[in-house]
Amino acid sequence: MSRDAASKPARHLHSRSLLAPSVAALFLWMVVPLAMTLWFSAERYNLLNPGKTAFAGWQNYRDLLTHRALWVAMGNTLFLVGLVLAITLVFGTLFSLLLDQDFPGRNICRLLVIAPFFVMPTVSALIWKNMLMNPVFGLFAWITRSLGFGAIEFFSRMPLLSIVLIIGWEWTPFAVLILLPALQSLNPEQVEAARLDGAGPLALFRHIELPHLLRPMAVVAMIEMIFFLSLFAEIYVTTGGGPGLASTNLAYLIFRDALLGWDVGRASAGGVIAIILANIVSLFLMRVVGRNLEDLP
Amino acid sequence: MKSTGQTRWGLAIAGWAVALGMFFPILWMFLTSFKTEITAVATPPAVFFHPTLENYFAVLERADYLAFARNSVAVSLGSTLLALALAIPAAYSMAFFPTRRTRDILLWMISTKMLPAVGVLVPIYLLWRDFGLLDTLFGLILIDSLSVLPIVVWMLFSYFREVPAVILEASRMDGATQAEELFHVLLPLCTPGIAATALLSIILCWNEAFWSLNLATVKAATLTAFTASFSSPEGLFWAKLSAASTLSIAPILIFGWISQRQMVRGLSFGAVK
Repeated sequence: MSRDAASKPARHLHSRSLLAPSVAALFLWMVVPLAMTLWFSAERYNLLNPGKTAFAGWQNYRDLLTHRALWVAMGNTLFLVGLVLAITLVFGTLFSLLLDQDFPGRNICRLLVIAPFFVMPTVSALIWKNMLMNPVFGLFAWITRSLGFGAIEFFSRMPLLSIVLIIGWEWTPFAVLILLPALQSLNPEQVEAARLDGAGPLALFRHIELPHLLRPMAVVAMIEMIFFLSLFAEIYVTTGGGPGLASTNLAYLIFRDALLGWDVGRASAGGVIAIILANIVSLFLMRVVGRNLEDLP
Repeated sequence: MKSTGQTRWGLAIAGWAVALGMFFPILWMFLTSFKTEITAVATPPAVFFHPTLENYFAVLERADYLAFARNSVAVSLGSTLLALALAIPAAYSMAFFPTRRTRDILLWMISTKMLPAVGVLVPIYLLWRDFGLLDTLFGLILIDSLSVLPIVVWMLFSYFREVPAVILEASRMDGATQAEELFHVLLPLCTPGIAATALLSIILCWNEAFWSLNLATVKAATLTAFTASFSSPEGLFWAKLSAASTLSIAPILIFGWISQRQMVRGLSFGAVK
């Protein structure tokens, strides 16, 4: 008894030291770069002229906010996030409902549907850009030409929509990956009871399946938003942000300022704006996820 | 209630149409990798053709492909091991010795994932430059392991919590030290969960594009950068691009298929089990 009483606080002390490395690593990883971003964003600092740094106050923000590029990039970012989110949630739900049904080969179908999520982004973008959407040799061009419409110049005519299509293809599987198991965790007796009460498939979806899916859907939406705010590889590989600024999002604009223009100050100010945007989103996510931990002390 | 014969067939057709439609781009890439460069761009597209392995030989003969592949393997395994080494003790401590602050710590950990990578690109780039980590495998391993760490902690935590504390207490009564308790009791019990966590982490690191493209461009460049290089005029070599892409995604696709059911819990931060 006395041994127990003595060892319990010791164990607690010990377990805290087990937690410390992770916490310290994440703390450094979050706080140091964040502080530096904030600091640089108030500096006049260009890597081509590294000796000449000076305090710039709000100047970088003023430059950014009064320049059209930022607003175009913000608009593109929100358009991209909003549209891809809608596509992945709608198709993710529909595909999950379909794959939840009982038909021959459904397990193989499930594997085929989730496959695109595991393809590295540069490869996905290149398959679509070259083999499917190329206006001369691409498969889509051949199809539209055979139907008599002529080829569609995807990346010069509708660069942003083309990117939406690629990213929607990559991320709809993610929604299925999360929503299908959620759907399968629905109590079968509840479904059976509703059926016996005469609920058709639509009523079943509206009153039983949809409410059950709302929380996983919220999680999918939030996680996707975090990723979509930093979308980069797909744009880098396909359009390079163009033509003009047509497919430049916030991430790409910052990349351009930082690693192509070497303007540390302005890129950092852009970074701060991206962080603020992400924080607004994450407030919601934290609330949803926090509910999983309610049984902790 | 089983569906009747007719609706069952309707469902099968719809299900297979969706599945093949989603998988088609990958399938098309796979087929193209066995074509010659000329049949690859043929109009109308060649569906029946004489398959050749020459693209695979060509890609493998380019010595740099193997260097990129080696970097990818090193980075994804290295980051995963580092993340597990940090996360296993942390998850163990939080799952079995929760305090009033455990909940806040877990939430704070995911909140680090909310920091968009672009927001800290500039300072990380400059820090990595000053510490000589730019374009090194270690630099990339460090950043990838930090970015998967919160997911790894969460996933392990949710597996560890399912182990009844009684089992660990029993071993404690037998006089096991904390290290023995962790290594001889808990880890063997959770091997499947740890394996699923490791696979998810490998997949995320293998496909990670933002940091790889910005921080490691030559010596430590991974397959992500290698395939991105095909976006230049070289991308006109579709058959070789397809062979290189097939080689780059095949192992990860198989890992993903194996662990898909388990990784849901890591990807949804425990919202779906």
